Amino acid sequence: MLLDRTDVEKIAQLARLAVSDPEKEGYAVDLSKILDLVEQMNGVNTDRVTPLAHPLDMVQRLRPDEPTEPDQRDLFQRIAPAIKEGLYLVPKVIE
Amino acid sequence: MQWETVIGLEIHTQLATKSKIFSGAPTDFGAVPNTRACAVDLGLPGVLPVLNEEAVTLAVRFGKAIEAEIAERSIFARKNYFYPDLPKGYQISQYELPVVGKGRVRILLDDGAIKEIGVTRAHLEEDAGKSLHEDFHGLTGIDLNRAGTPLLEIVSEPDMRSPEEAVAYARKIHRIVRWIGVSDGNMQEGSFRVDANVSVRPQGEAKLGTRTEIKNINSFRFLERAIRFEVERQIDVIEGGGQVVQETRLYDADQGETRSMRTKEEANDYRYFPDPDLLPLVIDADFIERATQVMPELPDARRRRFRDQYGLSDYDADLLTLSRELGDYYERVAQDTGDPKLAANWVNGELAAALNKAGLEIGASPVSAPMLAGLIKRIQDRTISGKLAKQVFEAIWNGEGDADAVIAARGLKQITDAGAIEAVIEDILATNPAQVEQYRGGKEKVFGFFVGQVMQATKGKANPQQVNALLKEKLRA
Repeated sequence: MLLDRTDVEKIAQLARLAVSDPEKEGYAVDLSKILDLVEQMNGVNTDRVTPLAHPLDMVQRLRPDEPTEPDQRDLFQRIAPAIKEGLYLVPKVIE
Repeated sequence: MQWETVIGLEIHTQLATKSKIFSGAPTDFGAVPNTRACAVDLGLPGVLPVLNEEAVTLAVRFGKAIEAEIAERSIFARKNYFYPDLPKGYQISQYELPVVGKGRVRILLDDGAIKEIGVTRAHLEEDAGKSLHEDFHGLTGIDLNRAGTPLLEIVSEPDMRSPEEAVAYARKIHRIVRWIGVSDGNMQEGSFRVDANVSVRPQGEAKLGTRTEIKNINSFRFLERAIRFEVERQIDVIEGGGQVVQETRLYDADQGETRSMRTKEEANDYRYFPDPDLLPLVIDADFIERATQVMPELPDARRRRFRDQYGLSDYDADLLTLSRELGDYYERVAQDTGDPKLAANWVNGELAAALNKAGLEIGASPVSAPMLAGLIKRIQDRTISGKLAKQVFEAIWNGEGDADAVIAARGLKQITDAGAIEAVIEDILATNPAQVEQYRGGKEKVFGFFVGQVMQATKGKANPQQVNALLKEKLRA
């Protein structure tokens, strides 16, 4: 098994996910299986395969540099838990 | 022990687009909070980024200006971290395949030598919003107007060896981005921000020391001070038997020191992966051609041309190419007067000093290029002496009209009439017989006294060469 409980805790912390203790073992097993699959694929000879960055065989379309979006602040802020003076309010992020 | 400083810089420069990099929200600075943040910038569910063509054009233009390779195919990646001013939980950036590859710029060192600094890469990314920590009773206010603003992050090689070199490099990048219109480079508004990677190693050691990163420096003066402080600090740590810890530090301009950022939050594990919302960016030869069509003569090329064409030193030519506008101004004065060296002296001397003192850019100079040329012409045709010309310059600067108007209004026209000068000299010799005797007795230093007297009597308007010649003649008699 490639990942243990501590790895799961670290990944959960980075992703800001709350994972209960009983769940951690299960995730360690599942995530390890995914890595096993990656490991298996690592064994395949890919010398003649172009690296793939996107599954679609298309290129990025570009947009002309024109401001097109109207100000919809009031609409957007209707779903915000807290606003003041036009700002979104969130719990303090620095000491 | 002798220590060597090693510095690399990461510069974030805001691209001069009208709309954001992945959305159609406007980018104008100073708008009412959150009125420039659309659904894409807010990271609302279901939205998709669409890349701004102008942002790519500007990145390509910058790449060409630093002689870099432009990637035919580049990839956008997600840089994952949590912070309230980053609503999506990731910043769209570029990781493995940036749009601009290896390039280089040249800096002029204090001793006149030119040093090449390598640019590792430059990549496109979006800016985050702004957090305001004051006045919200324990809460943080978030303004997302800046979220999604296009940035070009320019990463240098660790090629700089002193704070001065780092500043020269940062200034050179600043000069280039403004020169080619890629960014307004406004540091007060955050359009040009610098992170410095600093380490020290014993002189002669090949292996790099452990580095620290000083984040978000927004002035050249602070950049120099922050690096200077950090180098001293690292040397103290090592000489005190300790080890430098790899970490992010912030420069506190009030205290003049760098401080460790809290490391608790900072996992620095960004888990980059290709952004599935964006397809590979393909840039072909036609695109590059279009992006660089309007490329002006670049700073280095112009510096060399000024040096060769006008016979200036590298130092003077470099000063004259601090901005494109300044170079244009100089060239106009040089051509109008036909004396490039005198023109350079005036532009780099009186004019630069006056601009500096008033905190003005060349574009806002009250003395236009034709006005300065007009003044220099009056020195050339001996209407005024070089000394009086400074007084005239000041008057032009203060809005008293062009050189001819000032000279006429103040009666500064140089006296070149030999008869008039002779009369003054005779008068002075007659009233100072003792000094005349001294001079004729071999005390030649008294000559300066007579020159001074003549100049005083003519309010500095007598032509100095004529005064010298006539005085000698009269004293010999």
